Amino acid sequence: MLKLSTAPHLNTPTTTKGIMLDVIIALMPALIVGLLVFGMGALQVVITSVAGCVLFEYIICRYFLKSNPTTGDLSAIVTGLLLAFNLPSGFPISLTLIGCFVAIVIAKMAFGGIGKNIFNPALVGRVFLFISFPVQMTTWPKPQAFNFMNTDMETGATTLGILKHLKTNDFAQIPELPSYLNMFIGNIGGCIGEVSALAILLGFVYMLYRRIISWHIPVYYVATFMLLCSIHWLLTGEIRHEPLIHLLSGGLMLGAVFMATDYTTSPMSKNGRIAYAIGCGILTYVIRFYGIYPEGVSFAILIMNAFVPLIDSTFIPRVFGTRRK
Amino acid sequence: MELKTFPMGGIHLDKHKITSDKPIKEAGLPEIVYIPIKQHIGAPSKIKVQKGDKVKVGTLLADADGIVSADVHSSVSGEVIKIDDIVDADAYLSTMVVIKVEGDEFEPTIDQSHEIKKEITLSAEEIVKKIRESGIVGMGGAGYPTPIKATIPEGKRVNTLIVNGIECEAFLTADDRLMVERAEEIVIGAKILNKALGIQNAIIAIDENKPRAIEIMKKITRKYVGVNVRVCESKYPQGAEKQLIKAITGREVPSGKLPIDVHCIVQNVGTVHAIYEAVQKNKPLFERIITVTGDNAAENPQNFRARIGTPASFLIKQVNTHPENIGKVIFGGGMMGVSAVNMDAPVTKLTSGILLLNDEDATKPPETACIRCARCADSCPMGLRPFAIATAIRNHDNKELKQLHIMDCIECGTCSFICPARIPLLDYCKLGKMEIRKQKK
Repeated sequence: MLKLSTAPHLNTPTTTKGIMLDVIIALMPALIVGLLVFGMGALQVVITSVAGCVLFEYIICRYFLKSNPTTGDLSAIVTGLLLAFNLPSGFPISLTLIGCFVAIVIAKMAFGGIGKNIFNPALVGRVFLFISFPVQMTTWPKPQAFNFMNTDMETGATTLGILKHLKTNDFAQIPELPSYLNMFIGNIGGCIGEVSALAILLGFVYMLYRRIISWHIPVYYVATFMLLCSIHWLLTGEIRHEPLIHLLSGGLMLGAVFMATDYTTSPMSKNGRIAYAIGCGILTYVIRFYGIYPEGVSFAILIMNAFVPLIDSTFIPRVFGTRRK
Repeated sequence: MELKTFPMGGIHLDKHKITSDKPIKEAGLPEIVYIPIKQHIGAPSKIKVQKGDKVKVGTLLADADGIVSADVHSSVSGEVIKIDDIVDADAYLSTMVVIKVEGDEFEPTIDQSHEIKKEITLSAEEIVKKIRESGIVGMGGAGYPTPIKATIPEGKRVNTLIVNGIECEAFLTADDRLMVERAEEIVIGAKILNKALGIQNAIIAIDENKPRAIEIMKKITRKYVGVNVRVCESKYPQGAEKQLIKAITGREVPSGKLPIDVHCIVQNVGTVHAIYEAVQKNKPLFERIITVTGDNAAENPQNFRARIGTPASFLIKQVNTHPENIGKVIFGGGMMGVSAVNMDAPVTKLTSGILLLNDEDATKPPETACIRCARCADSCPMGLRPFAIATAIRNHDNKELKQLHIMDCIECGTCSFICPARIPLLDYCKLGKMEIRKQKK
């Protein structure tokens, strides 16, 4: 008996699972740096977060939806990693699990699971924790590069936190400000996965090479922010607006490369992606420079997530043989 | 040299061209052939023979019924034993003339010599008439009657003939082999079409994964004025008419229009070769090159020259000794081919290949949720949004459906192929087309 089917009879080897695996691989450099810089405290958060996300998704599928668990597509692991990357090292296990619950159960599964959520689950989880547990969320262990077993945690402010409340314009008077090199390699305070620009860039290059994402969203996002930031800096001349510090510290790189590029919550046309990325850049600038928070990336991306349906219906690619409307 | 290609979408396909080094082999004669009287787009032809008639190779079996139709000739000599509706490769009932093969006697008018006849003696009108009498249709798969494309309608202008040697489909090498082995005949065929169309500009388009065909064609075209070779990037679906015209001339066929509206005519190399044989050798279209292949279900893949009406099983037996391994038989290539209901369906003027898949390869992977990766839209060569088409169909949203330009879909299958969630997007596009057609009625 011959099998019958419609064409095509071939498929690309790339599957949803394969894409997620590539994203996980791309996240590895940032994970390694996070573990080296923050030690056991980071490891605990990452393990809790990944396990929590996978477990919640499994439970929802298995016992509430009574369907085959979708955990096999690895997307819950990506969410778990990204949530952990957006938390400070040593963040309490119980609160991490609450973050997982919000990310997976509320932001993802309640909307219909993979591909159906409006907002980036990891960011929803992070922002929920950030608003609900501001103290724990802003307790930043100091970097302790390569001193892995050190459990005696000193804490301090993040670079952007220092800048936000800066009263002086004299570099010499702010000794706690890290060097550019440390910011680039990641030997600074901050969330577990955001500290190393270098590691994130490696992940970005890997995803470009594997054609997981196109360059448009990260590049337009960062470029828009840097442009506005530079103008602001040139006009005011204040150190706290120094663009390179804003690029290398804080969540901009992580957000631009790994969060804003999430397929489900970003537009589906090239021009739409550019518009969305520019929107993210503008909002990040506005929140960082005019808001009360030192960080603006999470809110900026979540706000732009809400605009995705509108962007998708506005930026429609030209059909071959027709003129652009 | 700069490689030509189309700008929008497209994919780099693993082409599985495992038979590109296999010379064309005579398939031999089956005991019985089944010749469908409709192997083209348009009206079925009128049957001219009846049960018991003796026919020769090249005897007219059915006459074209009107302009959009084509003559059908016998591919063998023997006796008509039955004229009946038989299930074809597409699973439709199709009227076929069934002939029991006796010997291999050709109509005396056919020039069976191997000598290449270069001089074109017929006039433009005579050429078109000869093409019509030879039952030639678009052999790339479209099946559009060729005489129509060899005459320029009132008010239209043509300045470029593109001979399509791209063969971007996975697995197929029939056109490739034909170009390698019959290059000069194809070039003369292009000259004949030039004459029929009253132009001086034929371009043979070949994609870069056929280095031997490119080399031979370049060498031969040097001797012929008005025929040139252009090398295209090996991208799928480069061989689709609109994409090819865009790549070669930069012109974009407007939505709902035909190549002739941008002054182009595109003909497949197989068709052009058939035109050469019809005009120079008086040979009607009764045989063609067919790649019979497969990665795991064909131990001895081949390029055959086979008579029209040969049952697929006759060819399959020559490449596969373990029929139990065959899970799926596809008429055509892996991307656009039609999966056949049985192995005995006959090959037609449009069968460029038979692809065999084993049971494992024939099993379609389960569909999962759309992750909105937009690969379907990014790779659509027509700039369509298959994900939106699928959503509109699922929601029965006809208003939205009309906005999505479904009628521009060329059914290349790139969207289904590329989808990491394995959503059958092409099926949704085809459903959408049916829906739009239904509403127009």
